Amino acid sequence: MNSRTVTLTIDGRSLTAPAGATIWEAARSAGIDIPTLCHDPKLEPVAVCRVCVVDVENARTLPAACIRKVEEGMAVRTDTDRVRRARRTLVELLEAGQPPGDDRRKAADQDELARLGVQLRSDPSRYVAACSNPPMPPDLSSPVIAVDLNACILCDRCIRACDDVQVNDVIGRTGKGSETRIAFDNGLPLGESSCVSCGECVATCPTGALTDKRLVDSAANGPDAVPNGSGTRRVDSICPYCGVGCGISYHVRNGRIEGVTGRDDTHTEGRLCVKGRYGYDYTHHPQRLTKPLVRREDAYPKRPLSADFEDYRDFRRSLRSPEWNDRIREVFREAEWDEALDLAARRLLEIKNTLGPGALAGFGSAKVTNEEAYLFQKLIRVVFGTNNVDHCTRLCHASSVAALTEAIGSGAVSNAFQEVLETDVIFVIGSNTEDNHPVAASYMKQAVDRGAKMIVLDPRRPTIADHATRYVRFKPGTDIALLNGLMHVILREGLQDRDFIARRTERFETLEPFLARYTPEMASRITGVPPSVIEDVALEFGRVERAMIFWGMGISQHVNGTDNARALISLCLMTGNIGRRGTGLHPLRGQNNVQGASDVGLIPRYYPGYQSADDPEVRARFEEAWGTALDPDSGLTVVEIMHGALDGSIAGMLMMGENPFLSDPNMNKVRKALQQLSFLVVQDVFLTETAEFADVILPASTAAEKRGTYVNTNRMVQIGRQAIEPPGEARLDGDILIDLANRMIRMEQGESGPRWAYDGPESVWEEIVGLTPIFEGITYAAMERDTVVWPMEEPVLFTGSFPLGRGRFTPVSFAPPDELPDHAYPFVLNTGRVLEHWHTGTMTRRARALDAISPEPFVEMTPGDLARLGVEDGCPVAVSSRRGAITLKAMASSRVADGNVFIPLHFKEAAANILTNDALDPDGKIPEFKFCAVAVKPVPSSD
Amino acid sequence: MATPLEFTEAARERAAKILDRYPAEYRKSAVVPLLHLAQEEWGHVSPEAMACVARLIGCSPVKVAEIATFYPMFNREPVGEHVLAVCHTLPCALTGCGSVFDHLSEKLGIGLGETTADGRFTLRKSECLAACDRGPVLLVNRRLHTHVSPEKVDEILTELEKG
Repeated sequence: MNSRTVTLTIDGRSLTAPAGATIWEAARSAGIDIPTLCHDPKLEPVAVCRVCVVDVENARTLPAACIRKVEEGMAVRTDTDRVRRARRTLVELLEAGQPPGDDRRKAADQDELARLGVQLRSDPSRYVAACSNPPMPPDLSSPVIAVDLNACILCDRCIRACDDVQVNDVIGRTGKGSETRIAFDNGLPLGESSCVSCGECVATCPTGALTDKRLVDSAANGPDAVPNGSGTRRVDSICPYCGVGCGISYHVRNGRIEGVTGRDDTHTEGRLCVKGRYGYDYTHHPQRLTKPLVRREDAYPKRPLSADFEDYRDFRRSLRSPEWNDRIREVFREAEWDEALDLAARRLLEIKNTLGPGALAGFGSAKVTNEEAYLFQKLIRVVFGTNNVDHCTRLCHASSVAALTEAIGSGAVSNAFQEVLETDVIFVIGSNTEDNHPVAASYMKQAVDRGAKMIVLDPRRPTIADHATRYVRFKPGTDIALLNGLMHVILREGLQDRDFIARRTERFETLEPFLARYTPEMASRITGVPPSVIEDVALEFGRVERAMIFWGMGISQHVNGTDNARALISLCLMTGNIGRRGTGLHPLRGQNNVQGASDVGLIPRYYPGYQSADDPEVRARFEEAWGTALDPDSGLTVVEIMHGALDGSIAGMLMMGENPFLSDPNMNKVRKALQQLSFLVVQDVFLTETAEFADVILPASTAAEKRGTYVNTNRMVQIGRQAIEPPGEARLDGDILIDLANRMIRMEQGESGPRWAYDGPESVWEEIVGLTPIFEGITYAAMERDTVVWPMEEPVLFTGSFPLGRGRFTPVSFAPPDELPDHAYPFVLNTGRVLEHWHTGTMTRRARALDAISPEPFVEMTPGDLARLGVEDGCPVAVSSRRGAITLKAMASSRVADGNVFIPLHFKEAAANILTNDALDPDGKIPEFKFCAVAVKPVPSSD
Repeated sequence: MATPLEFTEAARERAAKILDRYPAEYRKSAVVPLLHLAQEEWGHVSPEAMACVARLIGCSPVKVAEIATFYPMFNREPVGEHVLAVCHTLPCALTGCGSVFDHLSEKLGIGLGETTADGRFTLRKSECLAACDRGPVLLVNRRLHTHVSPEKVDEILTELEKG
């Protein structure tokens, strides 16, 4: 921003630096290293440790380089005797106060103070211990972070990391004088505080005060734990969890991942959440599948393996129990790859030949790489011969994409979430951002700290509302009335962007009269939001120059999910909030590669690059490229395929990394559907609940075991790199798919048939790019060099026009959810996620730290509702819907409103999806996970 | 989940009056008067009281804890009816705060941080009380006594016994 530069000398070298830079920054860019303890370039300097002092000509004292700005003509020396003496003395004094002992030495690799002492040849024995306070016991209450206040030098780095970077405000500096300590919340043990275990503080701590607990607590993870970096190999990759796509480094020793750190050189600047930083060890879990499995002849008819675990109540025990392996062996036998793949190929072809290709279907995964997702959809379309290929995007943003495609011609996010730092208003609706996209949330919270407004609208108060300038609670399922009400006020006040509407949109004339009846009073009657609040929000949103709209499953997972998104798009178009930095539409993507999997065609109606499979011209092009005739029919979506399995029209399926048993609505129906399939192949890393119904199970690989590309929620294409080898005989997903394809082709066409031959993921990527215009110009080499978004060099989309030309307004009416509460089922159930778990928990529940922090299912209810039921907080309740019942612990919470309950979806021992309604949105075909009627009854406690 | 500590109705009204003195965007500035209110209400400022104040001003609990633990006027443990705090920083040490403390300790029969069995007196040390030119300094409840000597301590104690 400030283009002015100043010229100064450091250690006699003349150099220029931007005005406003600090001496420390100027020195560093010139390759001169000034040691420091309290400074981290990611944090605002505070100059408390004084280790970075330098000699500035004519200065009265030694100023701290980390905070002193450069000035024209300044002469700085970093290596005078005076500086060296001051620096060494400071370090010696700090070292003299450090606790003795091995624990700290063990962490010495990450201990900047110890390292600096070695570098400066310090002699702390010159000083007796700087203060005589008795040693404090360590705080080991957190499952992941060990606290040793004796080693704390009060550099404030953890406080700034927690407050300013992650904006969680948990750590502070309490007390006074020699009794000053860092503290958590109101002085609680870390494990009992509001800490969300993101580990940003540990990553920046320069001493052994905040460390990875495994290093000091051998009980937690064996005595062999090593700190990140010590004797390990570093592999730069991408986090395998949510769609934010944080840059991570795996630290590997002896073929095992010993830790994960954030990569400063990526778009997320080294930030991670608890899943990314501490949730890596699932990949080494003893229950990994390492050998192909084939169902035993006597294990038919199929039934769930785990029924004997008393409705899964013992699930956590089963994670470690050898009994579980015995159960598996009773139903499945180990097989060689040749046998398993031949069997799969033969049976799938039999179904194809007898019932037709339409009787086959495939569920791919949003967790695999672009290359694997591409190969999967190609296998289904080309070899299976059907467009019945889909994945869990159907369950998250299918409705958003349907509305976006219809309104502007592209389902992609228009602007990167980091642009919240350049916007005036952040509008967040139906998104539990802190739990589901924690690192994206950190940027939003930072933006608020820097003066942006944030309006959070949600029936269930998400924690990010604590940082919002305004939180609006509305009745579940009334989004459209609320959004129409807001638009009504914007029009009434003349706050619409007339110029934008005229230049860039069409059909506004259909919207304007339609909104007339959605007065704040009318919207208020439906939503329960006071009219004045609707007016205030509309004014706050409508009056600013730039606003960004974020939404999640709270918008999309409704029978009118597409209408919800249409209303949001209208709100955005009407105010001209698109096509510029700091504006835009951002449906936050759920899984690490849900954007990429959709981009490469893992959805029925579209070939790679959203090229319509219904368009004969497009089809002809792909038929030529893939060398075969393609299915002219549209293909079925996830829930439709399950319905097909139930009515017998779908007989054979391949599932890769997808667990519909837990993830799809109305689980009892899904269970029947899976039982009904005559042949099911599951390719996965664990024996999932879905795999329990498989005929053949193929052991696959985790993200850490493979190379490939992923597309995050910002449309950024990033390379994930292989850190470790797959265990046992487990194979790479891409290799399995190629092998299966070739076997099926050979069985069908003999040796003369075509052969799929690829030379690693790069060659698959080249094929994708050749067929997918949106990826034009994107190569592995380009991704290695720099961050790349698709389309190349367009971080902000739609600056001049939309793919459809003009953006299209579609008026939408409020309509109630599919199943309303009544006398028998008086509560409204909302489902979603918790911070520590992801999707069906297959990975996260097998990660030690995540399981320790979030071990069990719960249902959130207001204290008032609990009291009315006569149930104590923490006691079990039975929750039932028209489709099934579960028993789980009640948790008093004011995040939900009276009459509403919330259950996270991850826990199979009390699966929320037993209860949910599988009614579909007509356009997006997305089920209504966010709303169904349930009853809650007390259960007598067994203990 | 334990029910969070809340002010009584009367204290809530006083809290609202205190908050009224600050513009909405500077609510956090009410932290010190609200901590005093909490201390009046419960005798000391417990972690739960800090959390209660944090909820009232809309900030994280640690921000309140930082303030509450910085100022010696806030008692973080239950205390006696009268709190006697002897400044122990350098100017007071040079002017004889040691003998003042020892005298108090002997007269009351309690050590540092302790409370008399009858619950009347708590003895503690304090960081600087900003009257360095008039040391030794003794803070009795909210009143500052300067140039304190063992004799003056006796007078102060007699006065307190009476009151």
